[in-house]
Amino acid sequence: MFKVLDSAVPVACWSCSIGHNDSTLFCPHCSKIQPPPGGDYFSVFGLEPKLNLDLSALEHEFHRLSRKLHPDRFARALENEKQWSLADTALLNDAYRTLKDPLRRTEYLLKLLGAEIGEERESKAEKAARVPADLLEEVFELNMQLEEMRAARATGETDFALEASLTEAKEKFDGLLEEVDEDLRAQWAAWDEGDRAGRGAAQKIMVALLDRRRYLSNLVRDVNETLGD
Amino acid sequence: MAEGRVVGIDLGTTNSLVAYMEGDRPVVIPGVDGLNLVPSVVALDPIPVSGGRPTVTVGNSARKALIQTPERVIYSVKRLMGRGLEEIQEELKLFPFHLAGDAEAGPPDPNEVPRIQLGELRFTPPEISAYILRQLKRNAERFFSAPVTQAVITVPAYFNDAQRQATKDAGRMAGLEVLRLVNEPTAAALAYGLDRAKAGTIAVYDLGGGTFDISILKLRDGIFEVQSTNGDTHLGGDDIDNLLLAIALNEIHAEHGVDLRLHPGAVQAVRKAAIEVKIQLSTEPMARFNIELPNGDRYQREIPRAVYEMLIEPVLVRTVGPCKQALADAGITPEQIDEVVLVGGSTRIPAVRQLVDELFHLTARGKRPHIELNPDEVVALGAAVQADILAGASKSTEEMLLLDVTPLSLGIEALGGTVARIIQRNSTIPASATEHFTTGVDGQTNVAIHVVQGERELAADCRSLARFDLKGIPPMSAGLPRIEVKFLIDADGILHVTAREQRSGLAAQIEVKPTYGLTDEQVESMILDSFDNAEADFAKRLLIEARNEAETILAAVERAPASPAWKQLTGDERTAITLARDYLIKAQTTKDSAAIREATLILDHATRRFAELMMEAAVSSALRGKTMETAGEELAEAVTAPHAMAPAEFKRQRS
Repeated sequence: MFKVLDSAVPVACWSCSIGHNDSTLFCPHCSKIQPPPGGDYFSVFGLEPKLNLDLSALEHEFHRLSRKLHPDRFARALENEKQWSLADTALLNDAYRTLKDPLRRTEYLLKLLGAEIGEERESKAEKAARVPADLLEEVFELNMQLEEMRAARATGETDFALEASLTEAKEKFDGLLEEVDEDLRAQWAAWDEGDRAGRGAAQKIMVALLDRRRYLSNLVRDVNETLGD
Repeated sequence: MAEGRVVGIDLGTTNSLVAYMEGDRPVVIPGVDGLNLVPSVVALDPIPVSGGRPTVTVGNSARKALIQTPERVIYSVKRLMGRGLEEIQEELKLFPFHLAGDAEAGPPDPNEVPRIQLGELRFTPPEISAYILRQLKRNAERFFSAPVTQAVITVPAYFNDAQRQATKDAGRMAGLEVLRLVNEPTAAALAYGLDRAKAGTIAVYDLGGGTFDISILKLRDGIFEVQSTNGDTHLGGDDIDNLLLAIALNEIHAEHGVDLRLHPGAVQAVRKAAIEVKIQLSTEPMARFNIELPNGDRYQREIPRAVYEMLIEPVLVRTVGPCKQALADAGITPEQIDEVVLVGGSTRIPAVRQLVDELFHLTARGKRPHIELNPDEVVALGAAVQADILAGASKSTEEMLLLDVTPLSLGIEALGGTVARIIQRNSTIPASATEHFTTGVDGQTNVAIHVVQGERELAADCRSLARFDLKGIPPMSAGLPRIEVKFLIDADGILHVTAREQRSGLAAQIEVKPTYGLTDEQVESMILDSFDNAEADFAKRLLIEARNEAETILAAVERAPASPAWKQLTGDERTAITLARDYLIKAQTTKDSAAIREATLILDHATRRFAELMMEAAVSSALRGKTMETAGEELAEAVTAPHAMAPAEFKRQRS
């Protein structure tokens, strides 16, 4: 089931022996496939790190590269070419999956820049410590209602008033989520076009926004689960 | 290129097919009986008294043995592929699979690959599948008069890693290099999109004999990009058959006092009747069981379609959840689906089409499900298209590329038994993820990792893929080593793992112990006759096979006039058989395997109605004969006891 894949990076093309830098998927001289390049996900698509991306151009490039790199194109190739096609395509797919999604893209860029992004899975204590200050009161209220709702569900009762108030809360938090997304988009532009200082500031704001977003989306998910769609 | 043709194989629960690309269109390769479908049934032939290697029969002839010698026959083995003993307990209640048990060996190892008892011998599920694959390989070789060594094999999209690996193992045992495993609904999409410059979003709803898949794809410029997939690897036409069978057996027991469950051959005969009822109800408003029972009674039962639809609703409804999840994962609404392609024999059921219509709001949008493709053949045809893409030799497929996804999330067991997801379901494959591990104790040189597949929160609820130890970590203070482990899911949907200790630069030694499955050595030892691959022997083998086939059918024709069915034939039919027989006898004296085959085929055609009449006789005879000799026997062991019924005895009971 498991094989060890080797991904050593040569300085010279394995096929034509002419040297090239290691950030290319194909040898610029003989066009042969090369081992996975060392750069980041943006460089796979020949892009500078940017948060505003032209998604249809990205998809187009993904399809173009897939046609050249995919293991289907190397089914009868040399063993090393097969392995590199597999590794390169995995890199291409990972890169595309990350960059096409706005949130994943933002998190990825911030991580590239060294930011610590909160983990999906964290203890209740950690979660509680991160309640955004402006939401403390509402979150407290919401959690009470969620508990009540679960208790009611367990006994088979339907509390319509509670349901309505939870739905209302959910709508409010959905709205807040949208605000966060809008704020994020504003920071994308600030980062893309900013100088060193501007980028630094935008980075900090985005890390905070992502934390808030994760918190809000967990809340919405809890409410949805409790309401049972 | 020097390599031969690459064929596409649909290794189905009920039927299997092999296809190839003829010019710019895929075609199914028929078997020696002229039929495209090879039933996925394997029968162990009687072991020759003189010794010699045991042989098996595959396909339609094995299906006949199902009624005569059920303990030597297996069907629906796909349900057992890649599954451990604990996982198959449910199947064992519904299917006459007899697990080989070793009384002395103590309780069986739950991680051991189960073995099926077939007559005197035992086989793993991949070995059984290998026999089916070998038959398809031979059919293709007979067709091309050239060896076939490379294939694309389809699997249900929702198959997990172990099930995929088991399928690949089966290919290897059959002497086939499996160039790619392709998901069945995706293969169907390839066949669907082959000759149309299609752009848009389609859903493929694939309800087969034993598995259900739903896949949503985006088609654009020859790129088939799967957006999401979902399904149930244990849901299909089999479940409907079992339902009707259970109803019939219960009624027969209650109303006529006959417990047919004690007689596997009789059960198979009722099962055959149940399948006929099911098929009839797809086109008729009503169908009936009409079975003669051993005590002289007849079991007669009318089943109106409305009643049938109520009965099967709980089965069909199980496809709804996966469809909704697939839509949600693709981030689209039913309205955004341009076309729903129906695949799999069970989509002939009107109630299934109705359900699909409602699920995807088709009638409301002036659409209908796409039913132009032959639901039994389209997956094999798509596999042939993919085979052609891989061979890279043809203009018609050079612009086509399939981008598929992994159906299940991959995770690692974290502290407290929870799952940390590292590759999400519906990620385009190949896909990879890199994780870092460290030690918890000073001087620790091993780290244990448990890889699971599935969507549940707890590792114990997911499918365990593998446990392995990262070994040879240089002794350091706790938390200091930094071991990078790379997980890679390849284009077949199968996982590969590599590891490296970054501080010392040492590649950590990994000893991977798959939680379940055959080892390389085991697979090696199960490879079916290796001479299959030797090209030098090839012509000789073709001739031997052609002669064997000729002899088999000639022997059957020799015995024919003694059969009551013979008298039911018209004079013309009998003359045609005699002429075809003489022609074959003449052809047999040559060394021309193609001529012998052709003559065999002609005789086979001439005798087809006769064979059907024989089959019908065999079914009612099995019902009557079996229960007569065992009246009063109530022992459950009777089900598993050998129940050999030689053809000679068979005839005697008829008369």
